[in-house]
Amino acid sequence: MGLKNDVILQTVTKVAVFIILAFSIHLFIGGHHNPGGGFVGGLAVVSAFTLLLLAFDLKSLRAGLIINFEILAIVGVLIAVCTGMSSLLFNEPFLNQIFGTINLPILGETEFATAVIFDTGVAFAVLGTALSIITTISEDICKWRQ
Amino acid sequence: MSWLYLITLIPLLYAILVPLFYKYLPRIHTGWFVLPVPVVLFACLMKQIPFVAKGSPFVHTVSWIPSLNINYTTYVDGLALTFGLIITGIGALVVLYSIYYLFKEREELGNFYVYLLLFMGAMLGVVFSDNILVLYMFWELTSVSSFLLIAFWYQRKGSRYGAQKSLLITVFGGFCMFAGFLILANITDTFSIQQMIQHTDKITGHLLFIPAMILILLGAFTKSAQFPFHIWLPDAMEAPTPVSAYLHSATMVKAGIYLIARLTPIFGGNMTWFWLVSGIGLITLFWGSFSAVKQVDLKAMLAYSTISQLGMIVCLLGLGSVAMYYGPGKGTVLYLTAILAAVFHLINHSTFKGSLFMVVGIIDHETGTRDIRRLGGLMSLMPITFTLAIIGSFSMAGLPPFNGFLSKELFFTALLNTSQLEIFHLGKWGLLFPVVAWIASIFTFIYCMIIAFKAFMGKHYPHRLVKKTHEAPWGMLLPPILLAFLIIFFFFNPNVLAQYLIIPAISSILPGFMETGSIEPIKAWHGWTPELFMTMGVVGLGFVLFILLPKWSKLYGWLPVRITLNNIYDQALIVTERISERITRKYMTGFIRDYLSYILLFFVVALGGAILTLNSFTFNPITNSPIRVYEIILCLTLVASALLVLFARNRIVAIIGLGVMGYLITGIFVIFRAPDLALTQLVVETVTTVLFLLCFYFLPKMKKEISKLGFKTSNLLISLGVGFLVTIMALLAQGNRLFLPISWFYENAYELAGAKNIVNAILVDFRGFDTMLEILVFCIGGIGVYTLIKLQLTGRKNNGLKE
Repeated sequence: MGLKNDVILQTVTKVAVFIILAFSIHLFIGGHHNPGGGFVGGLAVVSAFTLLLLAFDLKSLRAGLIINFEILAIVGVLIAVCTGMSSLLFNEPFLNQIFGTINLPILGETEFATAVIFDTGVAFAVLGTALSIITTISEDICKWRQ
Repeated sequence: MSWLYLITLIPLLYAILVPLFYKYLPRIHTGWFVLPVPVVLFACLMKQIPFVAKGSPFVHTVSWIPSLNINYTTYVDGLALTFGLIITGIGALVVLYSIYYLFKEREELGNFYVYLLLFMGAMLGVVFSDNILVLYMFWELTSVSSFLLIAFWYQRKGSRYGAQKSLLITVFGGFCMFAGFLILANITDTFSIQQMIQHTDKITGHLLFIPAMILILLGAFTKSAQFPFHIWLPDAMEAPTPVSAYLHSATMVKAGIYLIARLTPIFGGNMTWFWLVSGIGLITLFWGSFSAVKQVDLKAMLAYSTISQLGMIVCLLGLGSVAMYYGPGKGTVLYLTAILAAVFHLINHSTFKGSLFMVVGIIDHETGTRDIRRLGGLMSLMPITFTLAIIGSFSMAGLPPFNGFLSKELFFTALLNTSQLEIFHLGKWGLLFPVVAWIASIFTFIYCMIIAFKAFMGKHYPHRLVKKTHEAPWGMLLPPILLAFLIIFFFFNPNVLAQYLIIPAISSILPGFMETGSIEPIKAWHGWTPELFMTMGVVGLGFVLFILLPKWSKLYGWLPVRITLNNIYDQALIVTERISERITRKYMTGFIRDYLSYILLFFVVALGGAILTLNSFTFNPITNSPIRVYEIILCLTLVASALLVLFARNRIVAIIGLGVMGYLITGIFVIFRAPDLALTQLVVETVTTVLFLLCFYFLPKMKKEISKLGFKTSNLLISLGVGFLVTIMALLAQGNRLFLPISWFYENAYELAGAKNIVNAILVDFRGFDTMLEILVFCIGGIGVYTLIKLQLTGRKNNGLKE
């Protein structure tokens, strides 16, 4: 898949992908207090990669990203489950989240929450699953074309 | 002994280890690792005998699902202990026997012993559970493990047929029984059998008393292979012989008997119960022994003989239940004899039938056939096996000095007692019992003689056999020798058994009777009683008929094949299959749009019907905020883009129309100040549009479809109905507030979860479990797509995508 010679799209993509990725990281980290979170953050990354896929092709996407998306999805689910389980170790109910603030040198008073770890799992799972679906289908198309 | 409740779980847990033994220690026969389990359990249960014999049953409750009142209650009284000893005792012998019967090089021993232990645990669970739901669970588990064991040699067609037949029949009965259990539980408001027994008066007066009884009896009769459900047992003989000896003669088929005995305190004393149990038992007794004589396969003969003996025990339990009619008192000794005979014969049957099955297994193993037409003259080649066969079959025939003689005499006593009763129309029909049973005993005698002599006497024809015959290895002979020893031991010391096992068992079948009545000690010699004359008649007439067998065996050919039960079963199976196939073909068209219309139609009918019948449509717009101009514009564009999708000529236009709708909804989220939703919707819409475009490649060109008017109208109606209904429901949701708004729970999200974004706090903290399961489902969906595409079979070109 991919429009091989679309110079404008490719040039714009090269810049836009980084903007989208930065935005998605912002969405992910800011999710606790502002709109966003793991799910949207993960999906935004997916859209960035999808844009790459459309502008270039699957091969270059695979060359740039040496991540196995299926495994990423499974790791995400496992992270989510494990954070849930870890609260059992402290004799708390399953998936109990805690939070607290730490004074960091530059950032000042910063909040940390275990929910972030859980959210990371969510983001990974969404990212991995969505990308694995998209790449699998487009790979199939490539095969089908030949 | 407080850990006795674990006894049912030990075989089940041990079964997990068996595949490891099989895989990592292949040089040692896996059976040696399994053997300790039944031996240890048997020893533990033996230690329990003195406590139970004193009349103090072992009770232990572990709460399992307390909200549903399902407790894992272990209740070990005399009856349960008797069964438990048979299960573990015969189990130990069978495992030992199987070590020599199954070759470790050829057979899937791991599977075999896992199934066997699964069965052992399940069967112990059946007899030790007081909670009927737990009992039912284990009951079905025995059916499943029996199915797996019968189909152990699944390469054979007969094995698969037999396994399916046994499963269909026993599970049918199991379901009926479950319904009966639920009725009982509904009446008494408890799942505990012992508590039900205390509320017997509530049950007997209830309207559903008879249906519950019949349903439960169906379960018991199918499991215990009673007429007309006995047809599965001969086919179950396709299983390896250790399995037949264990499941299909000694233990599993007695589960029905256990159930009848266990529920006698509830149902006993009722006329319907009496006639159903003893009548069916009597018919089975006769039919089993009558059919056994015509068999040529030794194992089939034993199967029919098992059916007949089971019928006899069931019949005795029915006769004994009369005691409940009279209540505890002086005259009860008459009925106690029937129960005594039942329990005694239950134990005896396990010993002699177990040993006979093992003997037949030895013959099969050493000669390669079980066909009595090909066997003969084995006496000199296998002297020990011959002796064992004589002991087993003479005991079954009811000859002294073997334990079968004692229980047979008691059986006749019970029958003669019953024929003199005046209740339950017995004055008119009572004589039927001794007469039919006596005739059945003659047939029993004949087939016992066939088993004992046909294979061993006569001339030996080595050329008819596959193998060169010699005596079996000691490991195979030891288990039947032990059983034969018990057969003789019980004849000379029946009262040891009576004191420690039978009388405690009777007091749990007929609670409260043993305190007032007493049982005479079992004796071999009673003087010249009618029972003795009956036995002599059986022996005399039976022997003559056995000699003349070739002359009259043609009689069996007269029964037309078409009305045999087996044929009816086969035909019923074929017909049901055909009908269900026809029905399935009708609605499984293979078109997704058809399935979609079923789903939507169901939605419209169920929800629309609910709204109409409950007349719950209320719409109250007063509390709504005024509609703004943005909303009107957004909605109008939404409608326009929906229409665009509907009337698009080109597929890409339709996809773009759908995308526009998604983005417009994002706009609605924005003006209603739901930024999280808007963000998510925006990204999801983008990604799905890309997905659509990817799939676009595979979709056929959109073309004007020419379809019938009826098809179009029905589609139109369904789509209009769905649209209408969704609108109605959206309006309805406005006016009705049945529950507190959940947003109240999350008002203090910042204090509880440290999050200013309430949506995120809900997602990761308050309802984190939901999120976790959602991503799990999402991931599973992704794996589904991945496997569907990546692992598709290579025969794609002929699979229709190109056409």
